[in-house]
Amino acid sequence: MNILMYIKKIILTVFKYFTLILFSFISVLPVVSCLITAFKTDKEYNSTNVMTLPSSWLNFENFSSAFKQANMGRAFINSTIILICVLVISTIIGTQLAYVLNRFSFTGNTLIRNLFLFASLLPGVAMQISVYEIMTKLNFINSIPGYIIMICGTDVISIYIYIQFFENIDKSLDESAIMDGANYFSIFYKILFPLLKPAIVTSCILKGVGTYNEYYGASLYLQDKKLYPTVATSLYTFVGPLGSKYNLICAGLIISILPALIVFISCQKQIYSGLTAGAVKG
Amino acid sequence: MQTKVKAKKKKRTFKEWINSRDGQKVLVITAFMAIPLLLLFVFTYLPFGKMVSFSFYDMKYVGAKKFVGLKNYIKVFTRDDCFKALRLSLYYMLGSVVQLGIALYFATILSFKTRGGAVFKGLMFFPYLINGIAIGFIFKFFYTRGFVFDTVLSWCGFNLENLPYWLKDQRINNFSLVGTSVWRYFGQNMVLFIGAIMSVDSELYEAAMLDGAGKFQQFRYIILPSIKTIILLNVILSISGSLSAFEPPYVITSGANGTGTYFVVMHEIAHTQQKVGLASAMAIVLLVIIFIATIIQRLLFKYVFTDGEPPVDSKAKRLADKASKF
Repeated sequence: MNILMYIKKIILTVFKYFTLILFSFISVLPVVSCLITAFKTDKEYNSTNVMTLPSSWLNFENFSSAFKQANMGRAFINSTIILICVLVISTIIGTQLAYVLNRFSFTGNTLIRNLFLFASLLPGVAMQISVYEIMTKLNFINSIPGYIIMICGTDVISIYIYIQFFENIDKSLDESAIMDGANYFSIFYKILFPLLKPAIVTSCILKGVGTYNEYYGASLYLQDKKLYPTVATSLYTFVGPLGSKYNLICAGLIISILPALIVFISCQKQIYSGLTAGAVKG
Repeated sequence: MQTKVKAKKKKRTFKEWINSRDGQKVLVITAFMAIPLLLLFVFTYLPFGKMVSFSFYDMKYVGAKKFVGLKNYIKVFTRDDCFKALRLSLYYMLGSVVQLGIALYFATILSFKTRGGAVFKGLMFFPYLINGIAIGFIFKFFYTRGFVFDTVLSWCGFNLENLPYWLKDQRINNFSLVGTSVWRYFGQNMVLFIGAIMSVDSELYEAAMLDGAGKFQQFRYIILPSIKTIILLNVILSISGSLSAFEPPYVITSGANGTGTYFVVMHEIAHTQQKVGLASAMAIVLLVIIFIATIIQRLLFKYVFTDGEPPVDSKAKRLADKASKF
């Protein structure tokens, strides 16, 4: 009996690790195959199988060539500007809105929450049909500030993370500050805002990854790929005549993925907890 | 004379009022909500209203409009490439069932002590953080004849000649695309499920262990009931997600060879052919379908939670309340 149990346990354990390894392999295989290809010279790429390892792991020629051809220097500058502006603006308006919705009861409070909730259910691709017309009228096509405002205006997930966080901050803090004669603005900025730091970090990471990876809006509204490439849209360079030079393309892809990888490795915990917090509310 | 006094008095009270608690409240509410509400209006509700009105016109982004009544809607249902494209959603629904199953399996495993658990979790989650365009290129490369996928299959003993063209063969290419979506999102679902499982009181497991419950029983009687809500929530999201499937065909095949989902066709009609009216009608039709589907699911959801077994703990109930709100 005991031996049977033991054998069963071993089989289960083997099965468990087999599936874990198999799916981890599946998860990394497409990216690793790109990495392998990115280090190959043209000659090697044409003559060897894609899964054959490159002769040298120090052949960075494709990377520098992809970086130049796809104008990725410009793209990184644009993406950084967009990222910083979006994070600053959406943090300020998101925390302020969450403060008002959580701390004050007024007519329309629930209605406003529901309006934001309903907005998050509308599929973005469909909305862009008419947003495009509005962006044209506002003269926001090929304008980085216009694109930034559009991104700030469409995603509201962080509001739920902030509201949830406010729920756990004791209201007696506000009340004692009122006793001391503080007004609501200084309560928010001097007392509550600093306490929100963990929630701000979490939602900035999520929003940051989302903004960095955003490409549909960028390809519609930043059409001038020479002047306004973002890291994601700069990869469009490889559509067309370069479309079969996969050693070059893969190098470009790896460059574009690298920042997300670095952020992931350094902030795993916040990313996981941020996702969970956002999902429960969403 | 008297009115003057009255006016003066009123002015003073306004000043007083703005300095009073109530006035300050209104001030802070207005100041903090003006911009987000403006953005919400300009980028969600205004376009939404415009889309409804566009759907009754024959129009481009620039130039004259012509009122055509319901013609666009009739076209949506009669044209071969519009409404019929929705049947591709079935592939994506199937994919999301598989995806949720895989995610649930690994979430259960990784919630308990596992050697290298964090590494496995990280590897399976990372695809979620890759940008859509890169995913498109990665899988064009991956599925190319004789490239990555074919090579790996040949290691497993498959003969290249018997393998289909993964992105061209119409019998298989939609499965290939759905596969990329499963690949990208199952890790993210898994992380959500792990979060839900972790929030179950660990004393429950200890009690179950003492009672001699096996791993499967623990899963069946403790884990599953307590994360039922988040699973159902994900099922709901995945159904509307399947109806609005867009990215995999858009970035990998551009909708060629019978892979054009409803939204890919709609994008093409709106931004390439510039038939804005027809595209708007398509969008409205799909929104109505999603809306109806959500209501039906919500009713089912309520039924599950009132007639099913009572929620295990208050947390599950709270989640249920929240979920049923939408």
